Amino acid sequence: MPVQKATERVNNFGEVALGYDEKMAVEEANRCIQCKKPTCIKGCPVGVKIPEFIQLIKEKKVPEAVSKIKEKNSFPAICGRVCPQENQCEKYCVLAKKKAPVAIGRLERFAADYMLDNREESYEVPSDTGYKVAIVGAGPAGLTCAADLAKLGHKVTIFEALHVPGGVLMYGIPEFRLPKNIVKTEIENLKKLGVEIELNYVVGMLDTVDELLEQGYNAVFIGTGAGLPYFMNIPGENLNGVYSANEFLTRTNLMKAYDFPNNSTPIKVGEKVAVIGAGNVAMDAARTALRLGAKESYIVYRRSQEEIPARHEELEHAVEEGVQLKLLISPTEIHGDKNGWVKGMTCINYELGEPDASGRRKPIAIKGSEHYFSIDTVVMAIGQGPNPLVLKTTPGLELNKYGNIVANENGQTSKQGVFAGGDIVTGAATVILAMGAGRKAAKAIDEYLKTISNN
Amino acid sequence: MYKIIKKQILSSSIKLMEIEAPKVAAKAKAGQFIIVRANETGERIPLTIADSNKNTGIITIIFQEVGYSTLELGRMEVGQSVTDFVGPLGKPSEIENYGEIICVGGGIGIAPIYPIAKALKNAGNKVISIIGARTKELLFWDDQMRQISDELYIATDDGSYGQQGFVTDILKNFLEQRKQIAKVWAIGPVVMMRAASNITKAFHVPTIVSMNPIMVDGTGMCGACRVAVNQETKFACVDGPEFDGHLVDWDLAERRLNMFKEEEKVILDKKLWR
Repeated sequence: MPVQKATERVNNFGEVALGYDEKMAVEEANRCIQCKKPTCIKGCPVGVKIPEFIQLIKEKKVPEAVSKIKEKNSFPAICGRVCPQENQCEKYCVLAKKKAPVAIGRLERFAADYMLDNREESYEVPSDTGYKVAIVGAGPAGLTCAADLAKLGHKVTIFEALHVPGGVLMYGIPEFRLPKNIVKTEIENLKKLGVEIELNYVVGMLDTVDELLEQGYNAVFIGTGAGLPYFMNIPGENLNGVYSANEFLTRTNLMKAYDFPNNSTPIKVGEKVAVIGAGNVAMDAARTALRLGAKESYIVYRRSQEEIPARHEELEHAVEEGVQLKLLISPTEIHGDKNGWVKGMTCINYELGEPDASGRRKPIAIKGSEHYFSIDTVVMAIGQGPNPLVLKTTPGLELNKYGNIVANENGQTSKQGVFAGGDIVTGAATVILAMGAGRKAAKAIDEYLKTISNN
Repeated sequence: MYKIIKKQILSSSIKLMEIEAPKVAAKAKAGQFIIVRANETGERIPLTIADSNKNTGIITIIFQEVGYSTLELGRMEVGQSVTDFVGPLGKPSEIENYGEIICVGGGIGIAPIYPIAKALKNAGNKVISIIGARTKELLFWDDQMRQISDELYIATDDGSYGQQGFVTDILKNFLEQRKQIAKVWAIGPVVMMRAASNITKAFHVPTIVSMNPIMVDGTGMCGACRVAVNQETKFACVDGPEFDGHLVDWDLAERRLNMFKEEEKVILDKKLWR
């Protein structure tokens, strides 16, 4: 797939991967051998009918291909960009055994983009069932759940705390990986199904979940995501110049700090930026730092390259752009100058021992290996926990020891009529898993609504 | 959209606005704050709620124009609407009948101390209020404060109104004379809250301060508003904004507030109206 050259893209926030044109897409689609028993589908958390939509692209029937995808996935332009396809559908492609798998994600993206660029989709709003469902959080899980419920004729209202819908798609994933216009268009399409979105609405502080139920919502879906940044609890962590990845990315993506002062929210990035962690969020932050003018940007990770949890493509793009990997080290203390700004970190070296509970080799600190690492900005990208605002105000909602909601595989929680899915249940995971959870919950909510009607 | 119903210029740099936000007004309690975004390119500005009315659905905010974003908000007029208005955020003040309490409001801190003093008064406390500002021009709401206080004391740095000196001077005098003060609320600039806390600490009087760190989302998501309390990191937006003033790390609070000083200059230079 064509991409913006690394030397150019590091100076802008334009999308890195440029996507297929029709000729390339058909060529790639023709590589699909249309297995009688397709294995790719089992790798897709939402079960997209992959061979069928690829066949339609072969036949240049792109609108039909998109309809086919949308039977299972409401947001293909997003998933085509941010799904970890190499670990999902493409991993199970028969061709992957011998050569490169069919680029399923890129084909999905091509089809979705073609529709966004070329035609207005028409939406049939089904007849109203009379049931009302409240969705808390307009991120991937909530949006997907809303889309599926609306298609079944239920009246859906999404309550979102921020001033735009989209959740992590808007505040977290950078423009260069997922253009915000795509998210906006997908959400506009969702509204055409009759879904209403109430912005600036912090459930728990305004109405609680119980109050929503009292107000006549027949069911509530909680999809509030992983919205609480973790820090390492090491000395110096509150120095000026230490950000959570959430803050760093929210300032940049949601508040458009990269366009300061045209947009009023600032961000301050030094010359040498260390991002602690090596997931997709860390890659996003490290690449963002370069685009914001940092001269050096480091991924600081206590395991080795083999264990890096980020998508391979993101790591590759990051390295191409000049992000440097500092592996098998971790900070133990952050040091500041006399004005309280970060100037360096003490790091300690690690070696890998036996596999731990995560299945990855356990990092073990090497005593006496402390050394100084000169740096002036630190971004903590070591994960996020569940935001407690909704959870604390919803009595009867069972939580696990990490503070995540306990829900069964259909999203049913310990509280009748209350469903949950996405990162608030699983802990920080991927967009597509959240979407999958949103879908399952929508199905379960639909069944639940039918049981109320029978009573 | 959230309409500006009333605008009042309290001093050359301090403005009051009444904003139509019925849902927020229905839930707002003393000590909580809101986040306002004036327009599509604006910053999210946290402001403590100065007053709220469930019946009219109106929230009163008072702000000092210190940087570009507050200047921009201050330029808006009655009839216009701010793009976003989120709240109520943060934990409400713990209002009980403590007995005799002192509410200290310094400068712009008079705005947030008002609803707390009012709630404490309604809860049966004897409310002694001490408010102050650099100069008379910057002092507002002395009438409102008088109405809800059993005793009101006023200080200005230059002596142009009330006693000459700091609110903390009056506070200290009070604590020296009256031993029965159950609790102190002190809200204002960090230097003032710090000074007030130092004084009350010597007299062992529990003291609540309201932290006003830099914030983005206000719901616990970004961690920008980190404050250290008793050497533990807290998020002012969800764990606060009120904390035990005797346990706050004031040096840290002061440093973190200055994080974007240079950027504030840049935007003022580039975008200030002429």
